[in-house]
Amino acid sequence: MMSNQIKFVQGNEACVEGALYAGLNFFAGYPITPSSEIAEILARRLPAAGGKFIQMEDEIASIAAIIGGSLTGNKVMTATSGPGFSLMQEALGYAIMAEIPCVIVDVQRGGPSTGIPTHGSQGDVMQARWGTHGDHAIIALTASNHQDVFQMTVEAFNLAETYRTPVILLFDEVVGHMREKLSIPEEGELPLVERLRTAVKGGVDYHPYLPREDGRLPMSDFGGVHRYNVTGLYHDMWGFPSADPKVVHGLIHHLVDKIENRANLLARYKEYYLDDADIILLSYGSAARSALHMVKSRRKRGERLGLLELQTLWPFPREMVRTKCADVEAVVVVEMNMGMIMQEVRKAVADPARVFLANRIDGVFINPEDIRSILRLIQGKGV
Amino acid sequence: MAVKDYIRQRFLPHMWCPGCGHGTVLNSLLRAVERLGMSKNEIVMVSGIGCSSRISGYVDFHTLHTLHGRALAFATGVKLSKPELNVIVPMGDGDALAIGGNHFIHACRRNIDMTAIVMNNRIYGMTGGQFSPMSGVGIHATTAPYANIDRDFDVVEMALAAGATFVARSTVYHAQQATDLIKQAILHEGFSVVEILSQCPTHFGRKNKQGAAADMMAHYKDITVPVGSKKKAANPELIERGIFVQKDAPEYCQEYDKIMQQAMKG
Repeated sequence: MMSNQIKFVQGNEACVEGALYAGLNFFAGYPITPSSEIAEILARRLPAAGGKFIQMEDEIASIAAIIGGSLTGNKVMTATSGPGFSLMQEALGYAIMAEIPCVIVDVQRGGPSTGIPTHGSQGDVMQARWGTHGDHAIIALTASNHQDVFQMTVEAFNLAETYRTPVILLFDEVVGHMREKLSIPEEGELPLVERLRTAVKGGVDYHPYLPREDGRLPMSDFGGVHRYNVTGLYHDMWGFPSADPKVVHGLIHHLVDKIENRANLLARYKEYYLDDADIILLSYGSAARSALHMVKSRRKRGERLGLLELQTLWPFPREMVRTKCADVEAVVVVEMNMGMIMQEVRKAVADPARVFLANRIDGVFINPEDIRSILRLIQGKGV
Repeated sequence: MAVKDYIRQRFLPHMWCPGCGHGTVLNSLLRAVERLGMSKNEIVMVSGIGCSSRISGYVDFHTLHTLHGRALAFATGVKLSKPELNVIVPMGDGDALAIGGNHFIHACRRNIDMTAIVMNNRIYGMTGGQFSPMSGVGIHATTAPYANIDRDFDVVEMALAAGATFVARSTVYHAQQATDLIKQAILHEGFSVVEILSQCPTHFGRKNKQGAAADMMAHYKDITVPVGSKKKAANPELIERGIFVQKDAPEYCQEYDKIMQQAMKG
């Protein structure tokens, strides 16, 4: 990769670099461990880059403020951890319903409740999917190293603009606080998606919620020539509240289908040694680092282990997982929760009984030894 | 521009009950905007949830109908990201001061240039007449069938204590005064609060034997006096209306501009 800038940074800083590269110009947040560095760095960097930073009175206000900031035409983001992400859930649903592009970073820590603020966990996988109420779809991305944190952050902004939707970046404390190399790509090296604005002239009826043939909905900035209504109520193509069953049915299908029907297109993943693998480790986020270490060390001994690292968690890439895991003896899901993604993998594959879990939930980063124990059981070698 | 040109005619009739005071507040608000000669494209109206918050649907501005209690937080994002816009936030009493109390306090403290209009009818109307933080002791409501023991507070005192730089109060009976106060609040550079006492004959009036809508409006004439009136000293129960504070203080967006200039120097 060409680069004019190589840095030694925390994962949280890699996220900031990715956001600025993608064109972030409005951030609102509230302090919470282990995400606070994102706010701290942006408080310094954003005004210098012509953007705006505001510290709000809580996480509810933070996500509300970025939704407001998005409507005036900005690329927006907030960052938090589990407890703050819980507070954001109602407004997350609002952004889904009103189709407001925004990026929400959740640097996961142990939960439920205050849990363990300074230790890693991947316990918010389901909160990202189902935390807000009602039928909906969501895009959630994750990453296991700083280069990927950067890239997934850029992706998050691109997908938010493309699909007019909130996108969740589900990082974790381990990646957030760990330091490693980050090489910042040259301008133009990664493609950026800019906001699609309507070509409809002033004085002509503009429909903020009428999709084009390609499914995209051109926007108009608040303060521009088109005055329209934005609401969390079921609404028609003008954004006006509607209880017409046809309108409601169509709206919910639109919100779900625009993401779920593109699960394959949205699937971001990495694969290592899958071609001849007998056993696949399936992992994501920081846990994938230990899984990769395990795979590489077993390969040296001639064992046919492979790694499928998910970067898109939602919509869950069911078809891709089913295809990749079709001919293996076992799939071992490596994650730091009670098996949230394992359940999804079991739903995806032909034989759920061949899906196993290697996990840790004690605040300690999962290590290759934890995975080795499960492999010994599967391979009939005893504990 | 005529006042009616600020209304989205195709979305009428409105959903408020007969006799509701909120239409009068809308009237005062639009007359204030009309007198200021403001263009529709420069106004963003942000509202929360409740009867009062439906006001945003009927006006031909950029309108953002948000979540219960959170309107000021959404509005803060709109304003800071595009300070040239005029942001007006109509709120109900429960919306502004119960679920939204925290945002209300911090918007006052931050002194960001927006206008909050608290349409205080002392009840949760849309959900069917539960008591609000403004109802006060002794009031009857669906959730206070034996009379309310939940104490109220004064919006004006709250806004003053939290640091709002323009605070005023009027009633729907005093619609001309309300128009003038809203006009001054919009012109004020900083966070402005205008409380307007409004009537809910359907839920508040009926349960508390306050008569028809017109009786409730007339009652506002009887229980209020201009700020500084001698009658208030003689009868502390009277509610003052007028401007309580109007002062200059650093405005948030302007201060942030200075931060940007400083940051860009490096």
